Amino acid sequence: MDRFVWQVARSVTEAATLAGRTVAEAMLADPGQPAAPDCVVLKAGGIDLLDLMKEGLLRPSRVVNLREVPGLAAITEDSSGLRIGTLVTLEQLATHPALRQRYAALADAVASSASPQIRHVATLGGNLLQRPRCWYFRSVAHHCARKGGEHCFAFAGENQYHAVFGHEGCAIVHPSTAATALVAFDARVELVNAQGVPRSVPLGAFLVGPGIDVKRETDLGAGEVLTAVLLPPTAASTRSVFLKQAARSSSDWSIADVAVVLDRAPDGRCQRACIVLGAAAPVPWRAQQAEAALVGQMIDAAVARTAGQAAIAGAVPLSRNAYKLPILATLVRRAVLQAAGAPEPENGR
Amino acid sequence: MTVSDNRRTEKFPFGIASVGLDEIERRIPAGEPPPLPPNDALQVIGKPVRRQDARAKVTGAMRFTVDVKLPGLLHARILRSPLPHARVQAIDIEAVARQPGVRAVLVIASSDTILRYVGAPVAAVAATTQAAAEAALRLIRVNYAPLPFVVDLDTARRPDAPLVYPAGERPSLSIAEILVASALKLTGNVRGPDTQGSRGDIAQGFAQAQVIVESDYRTQTQTHCCLEPHAIVADWRADGLTVWMSTQFTAGVRRELAQTFGLKLGEVRVKVAAMGGGFGSKSQLGTYGRYAVMLSRQAKAPVRLVFDRAEEQLDSGNRPATWQHLRIGARRDGMLTAVSLLEYGTAGVGVGAGVGNFAQALYACPNFSSAQNDVFINAGRSSPMRGPGNTPGAFAMEQAIDELADKLGLDPLVLRERNDPSAVRREQRRLGAQRIGWDRRHQPGADAGPVKRGLGMAQSLWGANVHTNAACEVRLLRDGSVEVLSSVQDLGTGIGTILAQVVAEEFGLRPDDIIVHIGDTDFPAGPPSYGSQTTASITPAARNAAWKVKQMLFRQVAASLGVAPEQLVARGGRIVVLEDTTRGVSFREAAAGLRTEQISAVATRSDDYGGFRRHMGDQAGAQNDIGGVQFAEVSVDTETGTIRVERVVAVQDCGRPMNPKLIESQVQGGVLMGISYALLEERVIDRQTGHVMNADLEQYKLVGPREAPSIEVLLLENYQGQSATDAYGIAEPSNIATAPAIANAVFNAIGVRLRTLPMTPAAVLAALDTRLRRN
Ligand SMILES: Cc1cc2nc3c(=O)[nH]c(=O)nc-3n(C[C@H](O)[C@H](O)[C@H](O)COP(=O)(O)OP(=O)(O)OC[C@H]3O[C@@H](n4cnc5c(N)ncnc54)[C@H](O)[C@@H]3O)c2cc1C
Ligand code: SF4
Repeated sequence: MDRFVWQVARSVTEAATLAGRTVAEAMLADPGQPAAPDCVVLKAGGIDLLDLMKEGLLRPSRVVNLREVPGLAAITEDSSGLRIGTLVTLEQLATHPALRQRYAALADAVASSASPQIRHVATLGGNLLQRPRCWYFRSVAHHCARKGGEHCFAFAGENQYHAVFGHEGCAIVHPSTAATALVAFDARVELVNAQGVPRSVPLGAFLVGPGIDVKRETDLGAGEVLTAVLLPPTAASTRSVFLKQAARSSSDWSIADVAVVLDRAPDGRCQRACIVLGAAAPVPWRAQQAEAALVGQMIDAAVARTAGQAAIAGAVPLSRNAYKLPILATLVRRAVLQAAGAPEPENGR
Repeated sequence: MTVSDNRRTEKFPFGIASVGLDEIERRIPAGEPPPLPPNDALQVIGKPVRRQDARAKVTGAMRFTVDVKLPGLLHARILRSPLPHARVQAIDIEAVARQPGVRAVLVIASSDTILRYVGAPVAAVAATTQAAAEAALRLIRVNYAPLPFVVDLDTARRPDAPLVYPAGERPSLSIAEILVASALKLTGNVRGPDTQGSRGDIAQGFAQAQVIVESDYRTQTQTHCCLEPHAIVADWRADGLTVWMSTQFTAGVRRELAQTFGLKLGEVRVKVAAMGGGFGSKSQLGTYGRYAVMLSRQAKAPVRLVFDRAEEQLDSGNRPATWQHLRIGARRDGMLTAVSLLEYGTAGVGVGAGVGNFAQALYACPNFSSAQNDVFINAGRSSPMRGPGNTPGAFAMEQAIDELADKLGLDPLVLRERNDPSAVRREQRRLGAQRIGWDRRHQPGADAGPVKRGLGMAQSLWGANVHTNAACEVRLLRDGSVEVLSSVQDLGTGIGTILAQVVAEEFGLRPDDIIVHIGDTDFPAGPPSYGSQTTASITPAARNAAWKVKQMLFRQVAASLGVAPEQLVARGGRIVVLEDTTRGVSFREAAAGLRTEQISAVATRSDDYGGFRRHMGDQAGAQNDIGGVQFAEVSVDTETGTIRVERVVAVQDCGRPMNPKLIESQVQGGVLMGISYALLEERVIDRQTGHVMNADLEQYKLVGPREAPSIEVLLLENYQGQSATDAYGIAEPSNIATAPAIANAVFNAIGVRLRTLPMTPAAVLAALDTRLRRN
């Protein structure tokens, strides 16, 4: 790791003014060259940033610490919903009572992320803005399309953990587990620029797939700071479930996950369903056909099974990841049944 | 007791305690102590004594090689090949040598050197800080001419595959030695076949068979993943060389250093602090060890070289991947008539990818044929790893035996009962079956619903290895303190504590009374800590030495008590007269009466009293080796492909168990490593670029706390009257049966066999899918 200047930001606008480029832009520089003097990046928990720096993938000249900026680490709730400051840690989220009660899928998604040690340090904002884990992307020896190269190594290579949907020229899966649940709750992100002007966008639109731009995962602009994540209120009847499967259950990444948010009418019929697949595509992947299979239905085992199958319709697995499809279908079916409070017909877990 | 020549005859306890003990007469060297009774008649040996360094380990006070700090210490880093196969055209270190902070530069791959794997060392630098060394590496200019490469076993076997060692090209030194030394043919990338161990008439054996099973099995490349990285601090001085190294064999490394650098043994000192695992990968000096010493010699200053995690994964060894084809013939009653094994394995650019003597020696089958081959690929070379050969060998063989049982409609335990003459494993099967509840075992796939449960078992075999070049000193000082000294190292197993137990038992003291000095070649040369032979080799030496010192002490005490030395015993911190235990002195008083400041004795490990049990290649001998039977209970989610190991019952033996607590911890480690091997671990190499994609502990999946099942360890006391302690090893035996036991349990759960490791969700789903399509 190279030398860099450490700077503590005291306000959002100071941080935004300092942040010369996004990490995605900075990583397009030739890794063989020393850091450009204007390569200034923001740091929250630093888990991902430090990882990139240690691997020699990112060589900033200056690192601006956001952690001392006041007002970014609170969770507040009012009639417009829940506002989660960008510096709230994953651990705080996982254990927050309001989340546990009304946004259970989000609490579970966060609780299933990484390890306890990491969750105590990692922030929600940093989690949404972390770079993908594609192992070619994380290797200095592979100058792939996402780092400004010509080529994607995944299609003809080791793609067991890659995307089954939406892989247009790049097959990453979005790394954030929280994002799966956040998109299912229609979350928005709030951003502030150097002039102090805020904007807010739906998270689903903020996260961009390779079809739009293969070199970045978000719509974050240089000189922008993510300040908060906003969750609309849930109805009393809203039920949500998050299920994840990883290669191992100890501190590991998803190979597939799913968040289901259901609203049911008093007669028990499904009024509204939002189903999002994680680790399935370069962005959290709305399974709209599966949602359509639920709306207006009394949810039972057969309906849930149909939804599960609908969720994987149109998937295009790569050479080594077709196994993800039955897993995704199963997770959707089980999550839908759990969210509907319908008993599982079998002993499945 | 009768004495003749230099030997005398003694009666030793003999047999398996839970079955019933007998006695056996052994001729033993005259200078060695009388037999120990079975464990229940002992005070300290065989008791679950807490390891002496437990507190230091838990509190972080323990010091490892990476913690060694010396004045003027330099830090070394190694530049490594970015290409899987390349010729070095030019290497330029000029800019580096002029760099501030750089004290020594070593060109490892000069021009025209062929680099054969990603991570192969190219150059090394020692500098005043780690960062300076790191920065210096980037200034080394190397021109590589890329060569065609091959990184997977199957492709490497094809006739048109790129050659790792083209004819006429000089292979690396160690490989050259092996190729020359062995008569095995090199054809393309394939070296072999090695047909050692074949016996009988295989064709006739299959002709006699009424039932034949035949399958292919695959095992993956597994890496050692020592939590403590490979590390060395080398201090070259005019008056000698001192090396601190995380090593499994201090005495061996000293010998290697003396030979390599033209020094006298007495000029080389090797020390090891605490260790965080080796699993076979830290058995030798290694090239990195040599580089560190060369850098120190060049810089005239101590040099510290510590691998990072990527180096651990790329260049510190691994367990070879294998492809095994097994064909087994049997009569309808289950008696085996023929076993044939064809194996191709890859140890990367190295050799040693065979699967050992497992299939050959486990069952009494008159006809056996074996053909084992090394296949070279452009990947880091393997090194021995916990139960080398037998672990992948067991995965294939113990599944094949279950496949046979299935075909014959026999209970797998019954089939083994018919073919396995080992009395140890018979008892282990009995105890294990009872504990796991084998009678609950149902037909494959019998559970309703998507989650299926299953029971399976598998057996293991490992040599009762002994290293007779093993010495130990015991000292008694005038204040009553007792020291035990040997260069033997604690790989993490707790051998220091076991030595304290052995000496304490002899002197009638508590283990905490004994001061242990190990891991330093200034002490008498101890055995290596690989091959599961540490305890078997060094504890008899320690007891022999302690007994000699006790005799000296008794002679002095006897005079003052006016009795003969033979009338004395040491117990409860006193030395007393056997017939009248009220007469005696405290141990401290006795020591205070010594005429000299200390008395001491050095003793060695003699050959096994009853002749060595280990005879590789000899079936009868192997039947007496260390056994082990493991039972696994699993659940398989047939919709997500997830296998959960819920419970493992490990029934093990290691001669006389010296410390059940430490043994249990070894077995738990062995089982966890086996689960990891069975379900998770796999080195992944990209075929496009030859790079290891998961050279880290994030994408290289190691077992974690949530994968840990309930592990129940049942331990046999197996007395053989073979040495002053009659102890044998446990570390490797506990790792061998786990993966096949799980695989057999998975078959019992879902009715589909997984013959490839690791058994990932993808593999489970694919296997179920194939069956669905077949039906
Ligand atoms: C072993 C391991 C397992 C893991 N498993 C999971 C998992 O299962 N699920 C999962 O979701 N994650 C997982 N992670 C990733 C981890 O959760 C993220 O790295 C972490 O959340 C990043 O948060 P941070 O606060 O440390 O971000 P940082 O590293 O500080 O920042 C990340 C990025 O965001 C930018 N940034 C941060 N905050 C702001 C802001 N407010 N405005 C603008 N830019 C900003 C930084 O410049 C940087 O580019 C795992 C990580 C490891 C090492
Ligand atoms: S999937 Fe994307 S990140 Fe990975 S190698 Fe291809 S382009 Fe690069």
